[in-house]
Amino acid sequence: MADEPLIYARGLVKRFSRKGAEPFTAVDGIDLDVAAGEAFGFLGPNGAGKSSTMRMIGCVSRPTEGELRILGMDPIRDGARIRSRLGVCPQLDNLDPDLTVRENLTTYARYFGLSREVGRRRAAELLEFVQLADRAEGKVDPLSGGMKRRLTIARALVNEPDLVLLDEPTTGLDPQARHLVWERLYQLKQRGATLVLTTHYMDEAEQLCDRLVVMDGGRIVAEGSPRSLIGQYATAEVVELRFADEVDYSAKLEGIGRLDPLPDRLLLYADDGDGAVSEVHRRGLSPSSVLVRRSTLEDVFLHLTGRTLVD
Amino acid sequence: MAYPMAAAVLERELVLYRRLWQASLLGSFVMPVLFLLSIGVGVGAYVGTVEGVSYLAWIVPGVLASTAFQIGVGESTYPVLGDFKWVRAYHAMRATQVMPSDMVLGRQAYLVFRALIAVTVFLVVAALFGGVQSWWAPAALPVAALLTVAVAAPVTAFAASIENDSYFALLFRFFMIPATLFSGVFFPLQQLPEVLRWLGYASPLWHAVELCRAATLGLPTEWPIAVHVAYLLLCAGVGLALAVWRFWVRLGD
Ligand SMILES: Nc1ncnc2c1ncn2[C@@H]1O[C@H](COP(=O)(O)OP(=O)(O)O)[C@@H](O)[C@H]1O
Ligand SMILES: [Mg+2]
Repeated sequence: MADEPLIYARGLVKRFSRKGAEPFTAVDGIDLDVAAGEAFGFLGPNGAGKSSTMRMIGCVSRPTEGELRILGMDPIRDGARIRSRLGVCPQLDNLDPDLTVRENLTTYARYFGLSREVGRRRAAELLEFVQLADRAEGKVDPLSGGMKRRLTIARALVNEPDLVLLDEPTTGLDPQARHLVWERLYQLKQRGATLVLTTHYMDEAEQLCDRLVVMDGGRIVAEGSPRSLIGQYATAEVVELRFADEVDYSAKLEGIGRLDPLPDRLLLYADDGDGAVSEVHRRGLSPSSVLVRRSTLEDVFLHLTGRTLVD
Repeated sequence: MAYPMAAAVLERELVLYRRLWQASLLGSFVMPVLFLLSIGVGVGAYVGTVEGVSYLAWIVPGVLASTAFQIGVGESTYPVLGDFKWVRAYHAMRATQVMPSDMVLGRQAYLVFRALIAVTVFLVVAALFGGVQSWWAPAALPVAALLTVAVAAPVTAFAASIENDSYFALLFRFFMIPATLFSGVFFPLQQLPEVLRWLGYASPLWHAVELCRAATLGLPTEWPIAVHVAYLLLCAGVGLALAVWRFWVRLGD
């Protein structure tokens, strides 16, 4: 039990039956091992199968095929016991709009069979933790998107879970609100919590995940730490070139580094970005704009799938 | 394990009710009494007596049972669909130790609570107006509780099965209205032609009205008491099973 991974999956498949059509395969045979204390991420575009996977891990959706063990237990036989040790922040908010901020936590604590006393104490601590103590007696509706997200995260922690599942914790938030959420999640991570999150923001994955899988079309296309994925599938730097005219310059840029032509710009992968730029100029090309930046997971995704993460 | 978790679901409903109870005052308490007075006193002046008692006393058990009926049906339509579709409260519960059976039982317990306070208040007011004639009257309370579940559980199953609230119009037209009209609330079922009487026999409300009338007036029931009770238990049991099944299906994927 001690060295068993918190999440163990082999050949995990989720198919949805559809009226008058072939069943749709949302998760297409994935393997996972998540150890205690890890911050593990699923990075992928919309429709990649992230939420379907998270709901199987959360023991609310039955795997169609494959083997799945959560906290060393079988999700079908021991679903309620597993869920009692999970904290879930779902993709779609489901706070109770007619309850106060505090009541959202105390009511939820009761769903885990916690006493009112424990519920009240945890609610007070968690409201401090997510910086909502001053809104405790207020309604949920007037809260901003970021505050609601933080409240949902607090709610997911009310049973002191062994494993916290966060499905797109910052989607739809403005940058400032995202940073506040990241800060809280980072603190959780520092305290040794095991976090599993999904995102289509590569910067989120880079900031928060020790290890991640890149998902596309229900499959895992790559796995590793953010840095190792970038090392493996991209170069240290990327040069973004824009040209004023519509001419295809690919041929003239041949041999400097790998090229990815996008609709509005050309990406040129090089370990030495400035060196690559000098070479571009030496070949007599004059792009209208040149940007040298570090590679990101976005570049990894583009390389693996030929598409961008967020469109 | 099922019971403590259902209690947590009930607790959520009670916390919400503490906030929203004023909104239900008119429908649950004031309307039934106004109804009783206007029909019982107003129409009663023309009708005189029915089955040997004043018209007011005769409709008290009918209005009492239909109060529970309306809470049971009404509170199982939009609120249930809403907790699936808009609030997603059931999805939130599904991620915890609460099972679909707890969600259904907790909600039913809440509706029984709602119906019981409404009919108790009504019964006291009716007694003050001389509408109660038997010491058996309190027996109408458990009947109202049973009726609430007998109608709320199947309607909950229905609400858990639909995507769109326009289906409720069908429910009101083809279930609620006939069930209210042909249930012996305002006139004895015997006054109807045989065919329409069968609508009454099928309606849980008629069976509850018969039992309540026996309680508040001390009159014999149309059919044996055990048959009326058994029918209500059957509706409640089938309704609960359907509701739990529909909750499992809806929260399944
Ligand atoms: N309950 C469902 N029934 C049918 N198809 C579904 C269901 N849930 C998800 N899907 C489909 O499965 C695919 C993956 O969805 P999802 O897991 O939500 O992806 P992601 O979270 O990565 O955006 C999508 O094409 C989606 O339409
Ligand atoms: Mg998703």
